[in-house]
Amino acid sequence: MKKKAKKTSKKTPSRIEEKKRVVLNGLKGLGEQVYAQLSQKQWPSVRMPSRSINNIHYDQQTRQYILGDHYVRRSARNIRHVRPLTQLIWTGSFVDELTSEGKTSTLRDVFYSAQAYEMSFADQAESDDIITDLETVIGHSREDFNVFPEERSAIFGDLTIQYTVRGYEGKELNLASHPDGMMIGPALTNAEFADCNADKIIAIEKGGLFTRFIEERVHEKYKALLIHTAGQAPRATRSLIRRMNKELKLPCYIFCDADPWGMHIANVIISGSANAAHLRDLNTPDAKWCGVWASDIVDYKLPSDPLTDLDIKRLYELEKDPRYDGKLWKKEIETFLKNKRKAEQEAFSRYGLAYIVDKYLPAKLKEMS
Amino acid sequence: MALQEVFQEISAADFFYRNRDIAGFTNPTRAIYSTIRELVENSLDACETKQIPPEIYLRISHESGATDGPGIYRVHIEDNGIGIPYDIIPSAFGQVLFGSKYKLRQTRGTFGLGGKMAILYGQVTTHGTATIMSSTGPTKIHQYDLMIDIQKNKPVVLKHKTHPNENRWHGAVVEFSTEADYTRAMSKILDYLMETAIVAPYATLTYVDPRGRLYRFDRVTTQMPKPPEETLPHPYGVDVETLKRLIDLTNERTLVGFMRTHFHRVGRTIATSFLQQVNLPTRKNPKKLTPEEIVTLVNGMKNYKFLAPDASCLSPLGEELLEAGIKKELSPEFIAVYQRKPSAYSGFPFIVEVGVAYGGQIEAGGGIKLFRFANKIPLLFDEASDVSWKVVNTQVDWRHYKVTPDMPIAVFVHICSTKVPYKTVGKEFIADRPDVEREILNAVREVARRLSLFVSKKIHIAHDKHRLDVFQKYLPKIALFSAKLAGKSKQPDVSPLLKSVLRYEEESEEDIEEDS
Repeated sequence: MKKKAKKTSKKTPSRIEEKKRVVLNGLKGLGEQVYAQLSQKQWPSVRMPSRSINNIHYDQQTRQYILGDHYVRRSARNIRHVRPLTQLIWTGSFVDELTSEGKTSTLRDVFYSAQAYEMSFADQAESDDIITDLETVIGHSREDFNVFPEERSAIFGDLTIQYTVRGYEGKELNLASHPDGMMIGPALTNAEFADCNADKIIAIEKGGLFTRFIEERVHEKYKALLIHTAGQAPRATRSLIRRMNKELKLPCYIFCDADPWGMHIANVIISGSANAAHLRDLNTPDAKWCGVWASDIVDYKLPSDPLTDLDIKRLYELEKDPRYDGKLWKKEIETFLKNKRKAEQEAFSRYGLAYIVDKYLPAKLKEMS
Repeated sequence: MALQEVFQEISAADFFYRNRDIAGFTNPTRAIYSTIRELVENSLDACETKQIPPEIYLRISHESGATDGPGIYRVHIEDNGIGIPYDIIPSAFGQVLFGSKYKLRQTRGTFGLGGKMAILYGQVTTHGTATIMSSTGPTKIHQYDLMIDIQKNKPVVLKHKTHPNENRWHGAVVEFSTEADYTRAMSKILDYLMETAIVAPYATLTYVDPRGRLYRFDRVTTQMPKPPEETLPHPYGVDVETLKRLIDLTNERTLVGFMRTHFHRVGRTIATSFLQQVNLPTRKNPKKLTPEEIVTLVNGMKNYKFLAPDASCLSPLGEELLEAGIKKELSPEFIAVYQRKPSAYSGFPFIVEVGVAYGGQIEAGGGIKLFRFANKIPLLFDEASDVSWKVVNTQVDWRHYKVTPDMPIAVFVHICSTKVPYKTVGKEFIADRPDVEREILNAVREVARRLSLFVSKKIHIAHDKHRLDVFQKYLPKIALFSAKLAGKSKQPDVSPLLKSVLRYEEESEEDIEEDS
C-alpha cells in the first residue's frame, strides 16, 4: 500500500485508521485463502516473494532494496513446510486479535504466546522469522500489526500528536513536553500528527548528543524535531521519519559518528536495509547525511583514532553496495580509506560543549539544504 | 648330604587335579559353571548320537555352607540319551581321559575330560562320592557309587546295584556334591542354558535352581541335525607322531595302499601323484620308512594340493534349526540365517553358520550383541578375544547396512569343526585363523545384506509414521487458526488430506521456486 501524502494538512485523522483496515483485510484474506483451500480438500499453501539473497535487488526508482520476481510457495503438503505454515497462520490469527483489540505485543511476547497454543517455536529466531514471513505475505511491517521490538529510540520537538491507541483516543501531546524526549513506541507510532511547528528533522546517532542538542535548545534555534536513533534506527523510527518527511514535508538531516558504521546508520534511514526488502515505506530517500564525514575530521581538525582492520573491510564492502552510489558517499569512503582515521561525534567537544551546535551544525545545514 | 631329587610319574587324573585351571575349574564360581556345562554337554551328546530328542533335567540344591559365597551344593542331572554299557560306567566316570571322543568327528567335548573333571572337583572339595545310574535300554538299570583314585587314575567302586527297568528306560543320571559359589555363577549359568536352548531347539531343558525356581526351555521341533560320521585324518592335519602311530597300526604293505586306507579323501590317483612328488616309491612298505622319510612324507603332505576334507564328519545345525532356536528364545521381529559351504583350515573341515536378529527380547543400545557357538556349545567368556568379535566389531561396516549402534540387533555365529581352533584349553574363544575369519566375514555380510533390507523398510515405515504424526499435529491447527482468521465458525475437515498422506510418496523437499 502506498500512501499519498496529503498536502500540508496538519491533521490527517483517517490515515492510521485506514492503514489498520488494510492490514486487517490482508490478515483476513490470508485466513480466507487457506480456509477455502481446506474446504475444497486442497493442501493449503501460501505464495510469497522469495527473500533469498539472489532475489533482493536495488531499485533505482524507489531508491531502496526490493524483492525480485521469484516466489516461494509454503505448502502444507511438504512435511518441512507444514510446521512453518501452521506457525504463519497462527501468528496471523494472533496479531489479528491484537490489532482488532488495539493491543500491542513485543517479538518476545509472540514467542511466549505461541506456547499456550502448543505452537512452540524452537527459539525466538524462529518466531521472528515467521513474523518476517507474515510481513512478506501481508506486505506490511510488523509494527502495522502491532508487534514491536523493545523500544530505545526517542523524539523531541514541537510536534503535537494525537493518540489513536485504546484509552487515549483523541488525546493530544506535545513532544517537547518532556526534556528527556519521548520514547518512539507503539502509541507514538500509531499516533496522528495534529500540529507541527518545526521545519526540519535532525536525526542523531548517540544519546549524549541528543541530550546536548535539547539542552542547547537546537529545537528552538533551528526549528527542528530531534530524533535519537540509538545506533541503527529501529523500523518504527525509520517509518516515523518517513511519515514526517512525506506527510509534514519536513527535510531530514542525519548526524552520526565518522566511521563506516555511523555512515551506514545514515544510509539505512535513506535507502533502507536488505532485511526489509519485502517492505515499503520504511526509508526516506530525500534525507541527507550531514556528518560527521571523513573530510570533517581533516577540516575541523578533530581528535581521531586509526581505522581497524574490521572498519576497513567494512568500507570495501560498502564501496560495492548500490546504496552507496552517490557522489558524496564515494568521496567520503575514499577519504576514509585514504586517511584511515575515524572520529566520534563527541570529538567536537575539544572546541567547547556548544561548538557543535553553534558552529558545526549551522554550517552543515547550510551546506546540505 | 645333597638332597636326592625324587622322580615320579603322575597319573592323568593327578595331572588334571594339579592343573585344574586349564580345564576351567579355577575357582568355585567358574567351577560350578564348568560343571554344569560339562554335564549338560555330555547329556546332549549322548542323545544326539542316536538322534534322540534330548530331555534333560538339571537340579542344583544347596547342601551346606554359605549361599552368598562358596558353599556345598548337590548337582543332579538326568538325560534320555543312549546310556552307558554297565561295564564301562566306572571307567567312563572314574578315569580321566577315558572316553568315546578320541575320534575324528564333531562332538561337543574333545578329550573325555570335562565330566570327569566335574566329578573330580566335587570329590576333592567335598570328599563325597558320585552316584551314576544308567541303562542302555535292557531290563536292568545299573547304579554305581564311586570315587576316583587320583594317583592311579582308576575308579573305585564303592557300591554297585541294579534296579529293574520295566519301561525300557535308556539314559543316565549323575549326582554328586561339589563346592560352588552359585550366587556369583548364577547369571552365567542361566545365560548358558538359554543359549544352549538356542543352539539345540530340539532339546527340552528343565532346571530347578537352589531356591527351587523352575526354568524350562521347551523344544520347538523334534527334527535334529544329522549325526556326525567318523572320519579319517586329512593329510593336512597330520604330524610325525600321528603318522608313526598309523604306521604301527597299519596292515597295508605299500605306501599307496597306506595312503588310501588311512587318509581322508585320498584315492589311488592322488596317492600315486603325491608319492611321486615327494620322491617316495609307491610300493615301499610303510613299516620300512626311515625317520628321515617319515619327516619328508609329513612335510610333503602340507604342500601337496589334496582335496579339501568333506563335511560328512560335521554336524552343523542347519539354517532351519538355527532360526527356530533364535526365534524360540528371543522372538525377534526379523531374523536371517545363513550356512556357508564347508571349508577347511589345516586339514580340519569346518562349517560356519550365522544368524542375525532384530528386536524381540534383544536389548537396544550398546551396539550389536554377539552370541558365539562352537560345536553347539555356547561360548560365554572372553568375547573380545574371539575371532567373531573381531569380524563383527572391526571388519563389518555396519553403517553400510544402515545399522546403527542403538538398534536391538544380535549376531549369532556357530562354527562346527572336528577341531575347533580354540586359542586356549579353556575352550572359550576361537583363534583368528584366516580361513575361519574369512568364512565368518562372508557369512555375516550375507545376513547383514538381508538385515539391511529389513532395516530400510523399518526406517521407511518409521518415516511414514513420523510424516503422519506431523500432519496429524499441524493440519487441524491450520484448520482452527485459518477459520478463526477468516472469521468462520465452522472448521474445515482435514481428514481427507490426512488419509492421502500415507499414499503420498513423492514430495518436494525444496522450496518451489517459480517465476511470475
